[in-house]
This record gives sequence, structure tokens and C-alpha cells, in this order.
Amino acid sequence: MGIRRRFGRLITNWVDRKPFSTSSAIVEQTGKPLNLYSAINQALHIALETDPRTYVFGEDVGFGGVFRCTTGLADRFGKKRVFNTPLCEQGILGFGIGLAAMGNRAVAEIQFADYIFPAFDQIVNEAAKFRYRSGNQFNCGGLTIRAPYGAVGHGGHYHSQSPEAFFCHVPGIKVVIPRSPRQAKGLLLSCIRDPNPVVFFEPKWLYRLSVEEVAEHDFMLPLSEAEVIREGNDITLVGWGAQLSIMEQACLEAEKDGISCELIDLRTLIPWDKDTVEASVRKTGRLLISHEAPVTGGFGAEISASIVESCFLKLEAPVSRVCGLDTPFPLVFEPFYMPTKNKILDAIKATVNY
Amino acid sequence: MALSRLSSASGSNLLKPLTSALSLRRSISSAAADDNTTITIETSIPFTSHVCDVPSRTVETSPKELMKFFRDMALMRRMEIAADSLYKAKLIRGFCHLYDGQEAVAIGMEAAITKKDCIITAYRDHCTFLGRGGTLLQVFSELMGRQGGCSKGKGGSMHFYKKDAGFYGGHGIVGAQVPLGCGLAFGQKYSKDETVTFALYGDGAANQGQLFEALNISALWDLPAILVCENNHYGMGTAEWRAAKSPAYYKRGDYVPGLKVDGMDVFAVKQACKFAKEHALKNGPIILEMDTYRYHGHSMSDPGSTYRTRDEISGVRQERDPIERIRKLVFAHDIATEKELKDIEKEVRKEVDEAIAQAKESPMPEPSELFTNVYVKGYGVESFGPDRKEVRAVLP
Repeated sequence: MGIRRRFGRLITNWVDRKPFSTSSAIVEQTGKPLNLYSAINQALHIALETDPRTYVFGEDVGFGGVFRCTTGLADRFGKKRVFNTPLCEQGILGFGIGLAAMGNRAVAEIQFADYIFPAFDQIVNEAAKFRYRSGNQFNCGGLTIRAPYGAVGHGGHYHSQSPEAFFCHVPGIKVVIPRSPRQAKGLLLSCIRDPNPVVFFEPKWLYRLSVEEVAEHDFMLPLSEAEVIREGNDITLVGWGAQLSIMEQACLEAEKDGISCELIDLRTLIPWDKDTVEASVRKTGRLLISHEAPVTGGFGAEISASIVESCFLKLEAPVSRVCGLDTPFPLVFEPFYMPTKNKILDAIKATVNY
Repeated sequence: MALSRLSSASGSNLLKPLTSALSLRRSISSAAADDNTTITIETSIPFTSHVCDVPSRTVETSPKELMKFFRDMALMRRMEIAADSLYKAKLIRGFCHLYDGQEAVAIGMEAAITKKDCIITAYRDHCTFLGRGGTLLQVFSELMGRQGGCSKGKGGSMHFYKKDAGFYGGHGIVGAQVPLGCGLAFGQKYSKDETVTFALYGDGAANQGQLFEALNISALWDLPAILVCENNHYGMGTAEWRAAKSPAYYKRGDYVPGLKVDGMDVFAVKQACKFAKEHALKNGPIILEMDTYRYHGHSMSDPGSTYRTRDEISGVRQERDPIERIRKLVFAHDIATEKELKDIEKEVRKEVDEAIAQAKESPMPEPSELFTNVYVKGYGVESFGPDRKEVRAVLP
């Protein structure tokens, strides 16, 4: 792996704000085409290589993990730094918080985001409030929780959920979701090195599907900074993770009808980049938010409320939300449940023609 | 390894009947199917206990029961193999966990209890459901997400339920079903109808914190709960000893008694479950650790061969297979011929194929079902298919 150049280049490309598209590869440096899980793998290699106090652990992680994200790590860095845990999510995260409190970087994997709930208490009550309630004596800022989230087409009830909104209600942690391999690598390295506990949700649908050129060296992408990945004038679309590719398809379709869409990848959900979204909405006058999680109480609701507060007089139509339905994530009904391209396209048209 | 431990014990003594009330040679198996003559046999290995007595190794059975066990287990085996092919043909979607290898646990447990006793398990639930009286058609319909399924096609592989037979399912999150089982047992204790709950979990789940919470609660309140650890030696891809400081799961209740059982021997399972039920009704909870083995990987996305050797799997198949054990017993007691048993296997194969064909005819659930059962009444939302012009949900 490309770790030779690791020193002296810890922070490169903090800022690249060109209007990129998700599909046209974002290439700053020459890099190899990588899929998302390999990019994560590369990031973990770099994290372990550059900081001897980094640890990676979780269920089946020592064998490479069920999605192969941790392949080769145990062989390279040893079983004392990359190891399997028993099947006990609450224990994994409690352990991670303790490890991080001793000044280490604890990268804990929860095998599926759907399994994170047994650990909910540790994240919400222990990790998020450690710094606050100890008056800054203690913190678990070195903790990063990785978990694959979202639909895969046939995952059913317990392998498809998007639980990000639960964690967005918890001051003290950050929530980050990447949309592509390059983003995943840069953001994950930022999360691991961020002095706050971070929940990093990985779009499992894209693990193999999404491929783009990823620079081999150590680079980080800024947290709490949204990215305009497509510029437009008629409507602003905000999303994150795997949903962005669906939204981009809708943007392309809408373009055929003469509607110019601006697409924003929020990247960090809390604390989120209001400025970028606001600036865009002030320009377009319309906002659509889309996520896979159920619409009620989803993070789209927060964005919508904030933007209505700050851009009320600039809005030319109600804020539109195209999200998962208010049902449990279904097995056979997944195509109905999902915020598909056509649903988004309809909502774009309805908003623009309001 | 835990697996080689038993191989020495299994081969010889199981074949030797201790006493046989039969001196005459039976000729045909059809007669055996109704033959209630008592046969006395011994379980494969002795039980090991933790702070409780040990049930007797000697068990009584009959040709009828032996033939039933053989048929039921062969049916389960065939059903799971068929599910494997259906999954590979993409007719089954979602996640799918197969039970082949562990059949003796479902069958033995069922033979010791009544349908008023409750069973609750995790996601490896196809055979437990069948054992509780579910039909093949319901199984395959549910697996393929059809209306005819036991959960109306809304649950899929991991979510089988059968209320009329006390089968509380079918749960997706590792270990989460065990505290629920204690709640069921509490309900049973109130109703004073001398019934118990069997809460099943795996060796992986045995390390979940909520299991210990459940143990404490059920011991504190003397609940008639039987915690059954189906130890197939791998929690997903992790061998038990890598995940557990003490893989002696029957001892891990500390103040809760436990029994280690050869889960590949249906008679040992039956004997243990009978013992456990009596114990639980009198004294409160007990742990049964069933030493068993799954031939398939953890789920369909796990080939099951990266963390264990093929030799290990074939070794278990040769030495400990629960169906082969019964086959040998049938021969040893002259209950049926090889051909007769082969015919039974052909029959179940046909039964399974027919059920699959029938299940394929079962329609997909109505789109409106997406919204039902979220609350008591539907949520009152309208939705559309991928192409909103073609498919629209009609709300209930």
C-alpha cells in the first residue's frame, strides 16, 4: 500500500471545492481505481501505520470483516492491534471508549448499523457526554465507530436500516457518511484523527459498486464541510452517502426537462455545514432533501426546519423531502420503500412548478 | 477442539442396544411406523452437569419414534438443502441462515415438550418452525416472500412465527430473544399451567450482556425458563474459544444450573429437555448447552470454509451426523431396511419439491401490506413502486 510517503504529507487537499460530479472521477493526484471497501482498507492501513496508538477491532475484523474492509490488517499490524471481539456490541463500544480515554485511537467496527442499538447507551450516554460531564478532564475523542448502513436491494429488516438520525440527536458525537471511495478514505482518516468521538456510517451498497481513482498517499478531507458536487440554479438537493448517486440520476433526468439542479453532499451530519446549504438555497430558492431513513424524524427534517428559519423569504416553494417511508424497512417491499430516482424526479418537478 | 472430543465416544456403544424387548425380526418398516414396542438405548455420551443432578443416559424409545425422528430430520435436511438452491437462484432474498446439521436439537426438544410450552429463537429458525408443526408450504412461501408464508411473506427467512403452537419466532438481533423468553416464562408462571419456555441462542450470543441480565432475572424470580445454547462452535466466523473465556456455556449461569448435552444425539436432547422442563417447573431456570454443528456457513454469504477445515466438517458428518445416528439405530434394531430408509428420503425429497412448486404459485403480498401491522391500524400513507405510474399501493 502507498504508505511510503506517509510523513510530511499528513494534510493535503484540505480544500477542493471544484464543482465535481460524483460519477466523473475526482482526480487530484494520480491514484489507482479503487472500490469503496478497498479505500476504507487503505485508510485503515494508513491510520495504523501513522499512529502506533491506533487499534482496529470488532466482530470478525481479524479475518478481514464480512465486507473485507479490514483485510490484511491483522497480518500486517499484528493481532495486538487488529483483533476480533466477541459478539457483544455494548461491550465493544464500552471497551472502545475506555481505550480512547487512555489517549488511543480506537476504531471500532459494528458489523451492521442495524446491530448498533445494543451499543446505543454506550454511545449516547457514555461516549458523547464524557468530555462535558467531566469538565474536560476526560474524553474519548480517539473513538471512531464504523458501521455499514443502508439498503442493498435485498437485505430485509435487519441488514438495511439507516439509523443516522438517532445519533444526530446527540451533541458530543459527530456523524459522517461518505459517498464514494475517495471520500471514504479522506473522511475516515479525518474521523480517526478527529479529537471527538465519531460515528462513521459506510454505504454498504457501494462497497463494491462504487469505483473511482483514489490517491494512494495519506490525505484527509475536512469534517463539517459540505461539498457542492453539481452546480445548478433552480433547486438545491441535499443528501449523503449512497443516496447521492440516486439523486444525481434524478438531476440528470431533470436537466433533460430544462431544470438545473444543484446537488450537495452534506458529508458530516452533525455538526452540519449550514452555510453551504443556505448559500445554495438563497441562490436557487428551492430545497429538496433525500435520505433512505424514514421521513418522520429523519435528519432531513432538521435541515428543512433550519433552512426555513434562515431562508424563509428566499424560498419559492415548500421544502421537499423524499425519504424512506414510515414503516419498518421491508423485505419484499423494498422498491416501494426506497426514495427512488422517479420519486425524486417527481418531487423536483413539483417543487420547481409550485 | 470440541469436535474431536466426541468422535471417540460416538462410534461403537450407540449401536449396541442395552436391552431389547424384541427378539423377533421385524420385516417391514410400515409396520415399524406404528410399532410402539419399547426399545431401551443409551445416549451417545454421558451428560455433564453444573450444580444439578444428571439425567439418566438410558432412554426408552420405540420403532415408531425412531422412524418418525428419521423422517422428520431427513425432511428438515432436505428442506434446508432446497433453501440453499433457491437462495442461489435468487428466489429467496434477504439473509438466510440454514440449520442442517443441527436437526437433532429441534426434533429432540419437540419430542420432550408440548405445544403449550413456548419456544423462542434467533434467525436460524426454519427447522424449529417446522418442528412446531409448520408446513413446508408455509416455509417456502415465507422464504420467497409470498402471501402463503407463515408471516404473510413479510418476514422472510429470519422471521418465522407460529402463534397457535407457541413459537414466538424468529428474531434478527443476536441474543435479543433471550430476555423476551424470560418474559414469556414469567407469563407462564402467572398462568400456573405447568408450561415452560425454551429460549434458544447460539454460542456467539452467549457473550452478549443481555443474556446475563436475562439469567439474573429468571433466577431471581424463579421463572420456568430454559436457556438453550445451541453451540455450533462458531459465532459467525469466530471459533468459540476465540470469543469466550469459558466456552463451557452450561456453566456460565454460575448460580443457574446447567447441563451439557450432545446436541447431535436426538435422544440425549430429548432426555435433557424432559429433565430441564421438570427442573424449571420446580426450581426455576436452567441452561442446556447443546453441542452441535452447522454444516453450512453462518449465512448464505459465508461459504463456511474460511475459518474451519473441510476435514473438520466431513469429520462431523461421518462421526456425529444426527440422521446417520438414527439410521444406524434403525439397522441395529432391525426396524427397517436400507432400501426402506432410502425410500423415505426419496419421499421427503418429493414432498419438498412439491411444496416449492406450490409456494411459487403463491402470490406476492399486496402492496398495501407494506403499511399494515406497523401499528394496529395502517399509517395512512400512500406509496409507489419504482415506477410510480405502474405500481401504486392501495391503502387499507
